[in-house]
Amino acid sequence: MFNHLLSLLIWLPIVGAVPVLLAGAARPNVARWLALLFMVLTFVVSLFLLPQYDATQGGMQLVESHLWIASLNVHYGLAVDGISVALILLTTIVGILVVIGAWEVIQNKTHQYMAAMLVLEGLMIGVFCATDALLFYVFFEAMLIPMFILIGIWGGPRRVYATLKFFIYTFLGSIFMLIALLYLYHKAGTFDLRTLAALPLTFTEQAWIFFAFLLAFAIKVPMVPVHTWLPDAHVEAPTGGSVVLAAVMLKVGTYGMLRFILPIVPDAGAHFTWVVVLLSLVAIVYIGYVALVQEDMKKLVAYSSVAHMGFVTLGIFIAFMLARELGDVDTARLGMQGAMVQMISHGFVSGAMFTCIGVMYDRLHTRLIKDYGGLINVMPWFGFFYVLFAMANCGLPGTSGFVGEFMVILASFKASPWIALFAAFTLIIGAGYTLWLVKRVLWGEIHNPHVAEMKDISGRETLVLGAFAALVLALGIWPEPLIHLMDSSVTQLVQQLAIHKI
Amino acid sequence: MPTFNDILVLLPEFYLVAAACVLLLADAFMKPEQRWSLHWLSIVVLLMAGFLVIAGQPDVTVTAFGDMFIRDQTSEILKVFALLCTVLVFIYARPYLLDRKQFVGEFYTLMIFATIGVMLLVSAGNLVMIYLGLELLTLSSYALVALNRDSPLSSESAIKYFVLGALSSGMLLYGMSMVYGATGTLDLAQLHAAVPQSAMPHLLVFGLIFMLVGIAFKLGAAPFHMWIPDVYQGASTPVTTFIASTSKLAAFGMAWRLLETGLGDLSQHWQPMLAVIAVLSMAIGNLVAIVQTNLKRMLAYSTISHMGYLLMGLVNAGPEGYSAAMFYAISYALMSTVAFGVILALARAGFECEEIADLKGLNQRSPWFAALMALAMFSLAGVPPLFGFYAKYLVLQAAIDAHMLWLALAGAVFAIIGLYYYLHVVKVMYFDKAEEGGADQSAPDMSMRVVLSLNALALLVLGVYWGPLLGWCRHSFGLG
Repeated sequence: MFNHLLSLLIWLPIVGAVPVLLAGAARPNVARWLALLFMVLTFVVSLFLLPQYDATQGGMQLVESHLWIASLNVHYGLAVDGISVALILLTTIVGILVVIGAWEVIQNKTHQYMAAMLVLEGLMIGVFCATDALLFYVFFEAMLIPMFILIGIWGGPRRVYATLKFFIYTFLGSIFMLIALLYLYHKAGTFDLRTLAALPLTFTEQAWIFFAFLLAFAIKVPMVPVHTWLPDAHVEAPTGGSVVLAAVMLKVGTYGMLRFILPIVPDAGAHFTWVVVLLSLVAIVYIGYVALVQEDMKKLVAYSSVAHMGFVTLGIFIAFMLARELGDVDTARLGMQGAMVQMISHGFVSGAMFTCIGVMYDRLHTRLIKDYGGLINVMPWFGFFYVLFAMANCGLPGTSGFVGEFMVILASFKASPWIALFAAFTLIIGAGYTLWLVKRVLWGEIHNPHVAEMKDISGRETLVLGAFAALVLALGIWPEPLIHLMDSSVTQLVQQLAIHKI
Repeated sequence: MPTFNDILVLLPEFYLVAAACVLLLADAFMKPEQRWSLHWLSIVVLLMAGFLVIAGQPDVTVTAFGDMFIRDQTSEILKVFALLCTVLVFIYARPYLLDRKQFVGEFYTLMIFATIGVMLLVSAGNLVMIYLGLELLTLSSYALVALNRDSPLSSESAIKYFVLGALSSGMLLYGMSMVYGATGTLDLAQLHAAVPQSAMPHLLVFGLIFMLVGIAFKLGAAPFHMWIPDVYQGASTPVTTFIASTSKLAAFGMAWRLLETGLGDLSQHWQPMLAVIAVLSMAIGNLVAIVQTNLKRMLAYSTISHMGYLLMGLVNAGPEGYSAAMFYAISYALMSTVAFGVILALARAGFECEEIADLKGLNQRSPWFAALMALAMFSLAGVPPLFGFYAKYLVLQAAIDAHMLWLALAGAVFAIIGLYYYLHVVKVMYFDKAEEGGADQSAPDMSMRVVLSLNALALLVLGVYWGPLLGWCRHSFGLG
């Protein structure tokens, strides 16, 4: 089993989608329990990654490689390093919570919803394991189909617009990545990522490929100015869709940067670092201000996601600056580590925030901030969780949000105090929009009579929010295991940064 | 004198001609209540022909009748898929024809004759043979389009098809005559050898241009695409399915025989011309498809764009490119049989299911057919992990290998534009509310349901396990 652990992880949920689908519309409960069963099984299998993966050694482990298309030398190649393991665990945990979260909420075509979630889960795990660029691309693109369906069927009133925009926008970015990959294949004769990393490329080639990759991943992350699909998709998506989108799918973008831009086009990456750093700072500061004025809660959290993902891209590319220009590998490592921790942390925090909004939406069927107010009077337990996640969202020490952002700011200070200054703005702006949101939703008098009738969270909702809360706190108080898990992989990535390919 | 060996090489074709004549006679003398057996007989006849093709497959390329006829691996693969697609058309067509009282023997015999034309065309070793195969295919197709006599739309499209088809055949023939004048031979292999030594290179290029017009017309590539939308919409859906699947395999076979086997040495001339035709087809097909409300018409414009992608493979002018184009032709044929098959499955007496709006809310009424159609649409759009993606990937690779990065980029841009109208169909089926009078679960025919499901699932299976098919395609062009 351990030889095919990664394949098992990918295919278990995808195959599990078949019986869930067969349960049919008439037996939603069977579909729910089956979906939960497969999600839990996948999670249990993913736990085996921890003992199987040797974190002290680093590098790609649990390698699976079969010839997929012999005549083209395309491999079904899977392997994981510490970063992948962390992201896979994030995916499997979020998968369970999403199924529990949708338990009573999704009444219409439950079986299709659950099946789409399972397929999506398998494909996301596939993205985090693939070591063959074509295989990566297949998983990367295939993810769009279940998400397209999820938003389109179970979404809000403008779901069709949002889901088409989401699909076409993402497809737009990735097809140029495909052209870049085909060009690399034309040169190297293989899609194996390690061979591509060793492929010498001129600067012009690297620059074009860099921008093709950047477009694909920047749309996925999303970075300013190609972030506009995200607020629409988030607002219209069902709660579960929003959670998966924010918690895992956005990470696929930054993960792709680590796997493609860093090793394959390091010189172009170093040369154009300022582009990404600038865009990240714009995301952190400007999008923070945009979030401040939102009237729709989901939109606010969506924009805050863009701002927080700005820290991930900043951390990754500040490492370029540090390792290449200043030769400061240790600080580069710190920045990269911060980015990784931020990725995982944002997964939990944003997932939790969207779950909270879902809880409120299920009761009042509105996402507008002005319709709420004084919620703490009727939903004290919900208020407790909501405040906790809000604190994590603005990066309070003791929560997971603090660790990553702090590390990135610290590292960027070494690169340039100005970058650190702008990045640190988030502490003010983030606190601004999050606390103001809390103030308007939770505190104050109840002015909407419907709010007075709202019931506090049920046992099922407590379970989901409690799990998120435990993870957020655990990461905030004791991030050491996570950092240790990814440490050697991060070190290797940073070492790769320093290699010149020209 | 033809030897016994010659006849043996052509055995599948001879058999099919004989069988088609027997079917025609049987139809004439059959009692009306026995006519249902014609359907199964035709399918058995075609399957037998497929068996003969596979069983008699030679290890090396063999020729017959003084190099008129070439039997090589490429032609074998194309023939097998052409026969398969015709079988699929028969299976999907029966309930449709029965509902409309159009279940006649001519439908079957004409289709079989057209398929014989395809088989001769892809095996042609001589310009005359190409023309003969082509005419057998197109004359049968004209009659098939006109088969629905009472429909003015059908008759109109048949006449359009005939007039334009005759014109393009004339162009092709004119081009062939010029090539003959410049080289003094009609034999493709000798032509290939004679081209570099020709004393009249300008005449050759002129001939080439006229032949390209003929090829582009048969493929339905812009700017010779005008007939496609009208014929697709006007012909009864089973005939459209045939034109969109079996015919396209033939068009690829013809283009490859003419351009590579015959005029391979002129590739520096036809490469840029084909590249322009490819970009035009992708642009016109994808842009005009967006505004269509009729599903068959939309699929017609989608065909035009797909032929642009297929040409992208041919532009490569090397074995890699040809195998990519052949893979594309096969994948397109299998995808279009699914798309039209679902239309046929949902059609019922008095309801054609031709409008995109007819599919509204299909997921509520018939989730299975909605899923099959969605598979076809995602595959046509080229979204992995479906079959259509790999076909697109291969032709893009072929363009890049031919150092035509701009062509690959154009293909990428138009793939994004094309994505919209395929997604629109999925949107209509999945996100819209069902309306009265729309498509519901019809298709009582069990064999059709099963085969159509298998056909659609093949798009998914071949999306994961496409290595063997690609291996055959590459092997037939001498690649490892």
